[in-house]
Amino acid sequence: MAKLLAVTIIIIAILSAIPILRHTFWTPEDISTHGRPIDEQMSETMAEAGISFLASQILLAIFVWKYSQHRPQDRIKSFPGGAMGLVIAAFLLVGTEVLALGAFGARAWANIYLSPPAANAMPIQVQAGQFAFYFRYPGPDGTFGPVHPDQISEGNQNFFGLDTSHDADSKDDIVTAEMAVPVDREVQLLMHSKDLGHSFHVRELRVHQDFVPGLDLAVHFTATKVGRYEIVCTQLCGLGHYNMKAYLSVMSQADFDDWLKKQAALQ
Amino acid sequence: MHDVSHAHVAHHGPPQSFISKHIFSIDHKVIGKQYYGLALVAVLVGMFLSWLMRIHLGWTNYAIPGLHWLSSNGAPGDVMTPEYYLQLMTMHATIMVFFVLTTAPFAAFGNYFLPIQVGAEDMPFPHFNMMSFWVTFVGFLVLISSFFVSDGPTLGGWTQYAPLSAVGSVAGPGQGMGVVLWAAAIAIFCVGQLLGSLNFITTTLDMRTKGMSLWRLPLSCWAWFITSIMGLTAFAVLMPACILLILDHVAGTSFFVPSNLVLNDQLQPHAGGSTLLWQHLFWFFGHPEVYIAIIPAMGIVSHILIANMRRPMLSHRVLVYSMGALAVLSYMVYGHHMFVSGMNPVSSILFSFPTLIITIPSTIIVLIWMGSLYGSKLRINTASLFSIGMISMFITGGVSGFFLAQPSLDIMLHATYFVVGHFHFVMAVSAIFGIFAGTYFWFPKMFGRMMNETLGKIHFWLTFVGAYCIFMPFHYLGMAGNIRRYQAFVDDFMQPFIPVHKFMTVAALATGAVQFIFLYNLIHSRWWGDPAPDNPWQATSLEWATPTTPPPYDNFGGKLPVVYHDPYQYGIESSTGDYVMQNSPEHIETARDEA
Amino acid sequence: MATVVHEPPRVEEIRKPLPPGQSYGNGGWRNLIPSDGELRHVQEYAPPPASTGVWVGLFAISMTFAALTSALVVRKGGAADWRHFTIPSILYLNTIVLIASSVTLEISRRQIAAYMGGLRNKVAYPARWLYITLALGSLFILGQYVAWRQLSAQGLYLATNPSSSFFYVLTAAHLLHITGGLGGLVRVIRKLGNSALKRSTLDATSRYWHFMDVLWLYLLLLLWAKL
Repeated sequence: MAKLLAVTIIIIAILSAIPILRHTFWTPEDISTHGRPIDEQMSETMAEAGISFLASQILLAIFVWKYSQHRPQDRIKSFPGGAMGLVIAAFLLVGTEVLALGAFGARAWANIYLSPPAANAMPIQVQAGQFAFYFRYPGPDGTFGPVHPDQISEGNQNFFGLDTSHDADSKDDIVTAEMAVPVDREVQLLMHSKDLGHSFHVRELRVHQDFVPGLDLAVHFTATKVGRYEIVCTQLCGLGHYNMKAYLSVMSQADFDDWLKKQAALQ
Repeated sequence: MHDVSHAHVAHHGPPQSFISKHIFSIDHKVIGKQYYGLALVAVLVGMFLSWLMRIHLGWTNYAIPGLHWLSSNGAPGDVMTPEYYLQLMTMHATIMVFFVLTTAPFAAFGNYFLPIQVGAEDMPFPHFNMMSFWVTFVGFLVLISSFFVSDGPTLGGWTQYAPLSAVGSVAGPGQGMGVVLWAAAIAIFCVGQLLGSLNFITTTLDMRTKGMSLWRLPLSCWAWFITSIMGLTAFAVLMPACILLILDHVAGTSFFVPSNLVLNDQLQPHAGGSTLLWQHLFWFFGHPEVYIAIIPAMGIVSHILIANMRRPMLSHRVLVYSMGALAVLSYMVYGHHMFVSGMNPVSSILFSFPTLIITIPSTIIVLIWMGSLYGSKLRINTASLFSIGMISMFITGGVSGFFLAQPSLDIMLHATYFVVGHFHFVMAVSAIFGIFAGTYFWFPKMFGRMMNETLGKIHFWLTFVGAYCIFMPFHYLGMAGNIRRYQAFVDDFMQPFIPVHKFMTVAALATGAVQFIFLYNLIHSRWWGDPAPDNPWQATSLEWATPTTPPPYDNFGGKLPVVYHDPYQYGIESSTGDYVMQNSPEHIETARDEA
Repeated sequence: MATVVHEPPRVEEIRKPLPPGQSYGNGGWRNLIPSDGELRHVQEYAPPPASTGVWVGLFAISMTFAALTSALVVRKGGAADWRHFTIPSILYLNTIVLIASSVTLEISRRQIAAYMGGLRNKVAYPARWLYITLALGSLFILGQYVAWRQLSAQGLYLATNPSSSFFYVLTAAHLLHITGGLGGLVRVIRKLGNSALKRSTLDATSRYWHFMDVLWLYLLLLLWAKL
C-alpha cells in the first residue's frame, strides 16, 4: 500500500503541474505599462514554487516507498547532515529565495503604488456603491464639482449628488456608467465609495485597489491596447456583489473625444 | 522527594450521577469527547452547507429539492437566491474555522490527552474546563440560531468587514439581527477558548509528573501549549472587536462606520468611524487563528508519525523551536490579508517580508518530517496514511502561499479562487487530515476498541484523491481571474470556468459522501469494534501507560507515573522490543537526539 | 528479549558527576537540576496552578485592553469628530477608594498569614480586612455608576460621541472585571471560614485585585490624556 501511495502522490503532483505548464488557465494578457514586472514576478514565483512543489512531493513519495520496505534486522538511519544540515539548507535556500522575491516584488509594487502620477495624467473619478460603478469626467473646466451625499439619489439618477444649480464646477461634469480612456494616456483614477467597502479590479490592467468608505484613494495607470475590459468588484458588498461590474473601453484619442462629446450631450 | 502534582489538584472522587458523568462533567476526558462530538456535528453542518454552495455554483438556477424547507425566503421554489448563497457561505466558513478547526485538534484531543501525556490526574481548574466546553457549545447554538431569524444569518463572510457588517439591515438581508447573533456567538466562543487556554497552559507548566521535564514532553503537548498561548492573545483581541461591532449595530456608536454613507438613497447617521480599524483588529486575530488551527495538527501528526516510523524525529528540539517561531511570526504577518485594502502601501511591503520569512520555519518542519522518514521503518496503517497525506497537503498549500505573500502578485490574486484554494489546502485539508489521523490513532485508547482498518484505508484513499480533485483546480481558476464570493458567474469572462466548477462540485459531493464511511466506522467501532489492548501501536508516551483502556477517571488509578526517558525512545533495544515507554525504569542505550 | 543494560543513558547526562563535597547548586530558582546531578529523577519545582493561572488570565485581560486602546487611538486620529470632555471628578475619588482597597487587601493578607501561621489568639477576626476590601470595592462600583450618571446628565451617552463611547466601553469593561474580582474575594472569605483556604488561592486572588487597581490607573491616565 505504501508503494501505491508513493505512486499516487507522484501522479497527483504531475497532473497538478500539467495545467500550469500548458498555461491552460493563465492570467489574461497585460495591457498596462506597469504590468511587466508583475508578470515576470509571477512566472519567477511559479517556477520556484513549481520546482519546490514537485521536488518535495516526489521526495516524499520516494521516502514512503523506500522506507516502508524494511526487515526486522534493519537499523534506523539518520539523514546525512542531520537536522542542522536541513535547517541550514532551509535558511539558505528558502531564505535567499524569499528575500529575492520580496525585494523584486517590492520594486514592482512601489513602481505602482508609491510613484506619483504624471503631471498631465487625466483625472477620472469612480464611485462605487451597491451594486454599480459610476464614473465622472471633469469636463472642459477641468475641475470636479463638489459631491453632496445628502443629494445622492438613484431614483433621480443623481449618482454623485451633484448640485448643478448651485455649483458652477458641476455643470460641465460628465457622469457615465461606463469607463472609457484613451490608449497610451496616463489616467489618475480618483476613488471613493458611496456606502460600503468595494474594490476596483481590471485584470488586464493589473490594477486592484479596495475602496475604503471615508477615504479618498487614487491609482494611476496607462492602458496600452484598445479593447473592452471588465471592471469587477472584488470586495464582498452584499447580495449583488456577483453582478457588480462595469466595462472599461480603451479607445484611440479620436474615438475617445467623440465618445466624451456624446456622453456630455446625454447629461 | 515530594510529588508536586498531588499537592495542587483537589482530588475529586469518581462522578456518581449520570449528569456528572456524561453531561456536566469535570473530567477532562469527557470534556474532550464532548468537544469532539461538537466538532463532529459542526463539520457535518459545515460540509452540508458547502454542498449547497457547490451545487449552486455549478448549476446556478437549479432547484435543489427541499431547499425551501431550510429557508422559504432564501430559496423560494427551491432555487437559492444570491443573498442566501452568501449567507450559507458565511455560516460554512464561520462554523468550520471556529467550531471544527479550532475545536477538534486543539480542544478535543488536547483536553483528552494533554493531562495524560504530562502524567497528571486532571487539569488544575476542572470547573473552568467544564465551563469552557459549555460556553463554546452555547456559542454554537447562538450562531446556529441566526438561521432562524426573519431575514436569516449574516452574509458578510466570516471576515465581517465593516461597514457592511456594521450599518445594519439597510445593507441587505441578514445584516440586521444576523450580524448581532454572529458577533455574540463569536464573542462567547472566545470566552470559552480563553478558559480552555487557561487550563492548557497551567497543565503544561504546573502539572507535569515527576521526571517529566519540558523537553520530555511529546510533540503533541508542545503543539497544544504553543497554541494555547496564541489563543490568549488572538481571542482576547477578537472579543472586544466583536463587542464594538455589536455596539455599532445596536447602540448607534460609530467605531467602524465613517460619515456620509448613502444606502438606499438615505444618508446614514454614523460619523467618523474607521473601516480599516475593523480589518486590523480582525486580522490581528485572524492570522494567528489559522496557525491555531494547524499547529496542533502538526503536533499530532508528528506524534503519530514517530510511533509509525519507529524512530524519533531527526531533531525534536528543532521541531519545537520551529512551531514556536511560527507562532511568534504569525503576529507580524497579518497585513498580508490587507495588501490592497487601502492601508499605506509601504505597510504592504513591510508585512510581506515576515510573511515570506515565515516560509522558513514551515519548510524546516516539512524537511524534518521528511528527513525523519529517511532511514525509518515506516508502518502503514490508517493513522500513518493520514499523517503522510497531511504532509503532502501541507506542502501544496504552503507552496501557494509563496504567491500570496507578495503584494505585487496579490494584485492579480487577491480575492480570487487562488486564495480559496490556498487556505482550503492548509486549513481544511491539512488540519482535517490531522484530525483524522488523531482519531484513528487515539480511538483505541479513548474507547477501548479498534477502528476498522479496511474502512479506514478506504476512507483515506477516497478522501486523499477527492480532496486534491476538489481543491487543486481552485488555483488555476484563481490565476485566470475567477473572483471569489460570487454566487454565480453571469458575465462572459467567467463562462469558461463553469465546467471546472461543475467538476469540483461533483468531486465535493463524492468526497463528502465518503465521509459517511468514517462516520459509520466511528459509530460501529465504538460499540462493536475489536477490543483494544492498552498499547496497540507499541508507543512510548504516557497515554499508553494508563492501567486500563479507556483510562480510569483519574487517569492512572491513583498512582501517578514517574518519567525516566525522553518521549520517543524508539529504535533501541529493550525488554519490550524496539521501544521503551517513558515511565519504564529500565536502563537503555538511548536513541540520540541530533540537536 | 533480555534486558540489555548499558552504561548510564547518554542523553540524560549533561554534566559530569562531581567529586564528593562539590555540588552544582540547585540550578536556580526553578530547582531544575538536583544537586547530586542525578538527572534520571529530574524534579522541578512547579508553582501552584493558581499562580500560573492568574498570570495567564491577566495576560489575556491585558491583550483585551490593549486592543481597545489601539481602537481608541485609531478612532481618535482618523476623523475630526472627536469631542473632548472633562472626565467627572468623582473618578479621582473612586481611584483613591480602589487604591485603599488594595492597601486593605494587603493588610488582610498579613493578618491571614499570621492567623494561619498559628497566631490564632492574636488575630481575632482574620476575615475582617477582607470584608473591608470588599466594601471598598463595592464603593468603587457605586462611584463608577455615579460617574456614568453624571456624564449622562451632561448629555454624554454611549453613542453621543466617540470619546464618550470609549469612556463607557473602557469603564464598563473594567467594572466587569472588578465584579469578577469581588467574586474571587467572596470565595476567599468562604474558604477561610471553612478552613479550606490555600495560600496560593489567596495570593492569586490578591494579585488579580491589585492588577485591577493598576489597570484602572492606566485607564484613568488614558482617559484623562485622550478624552
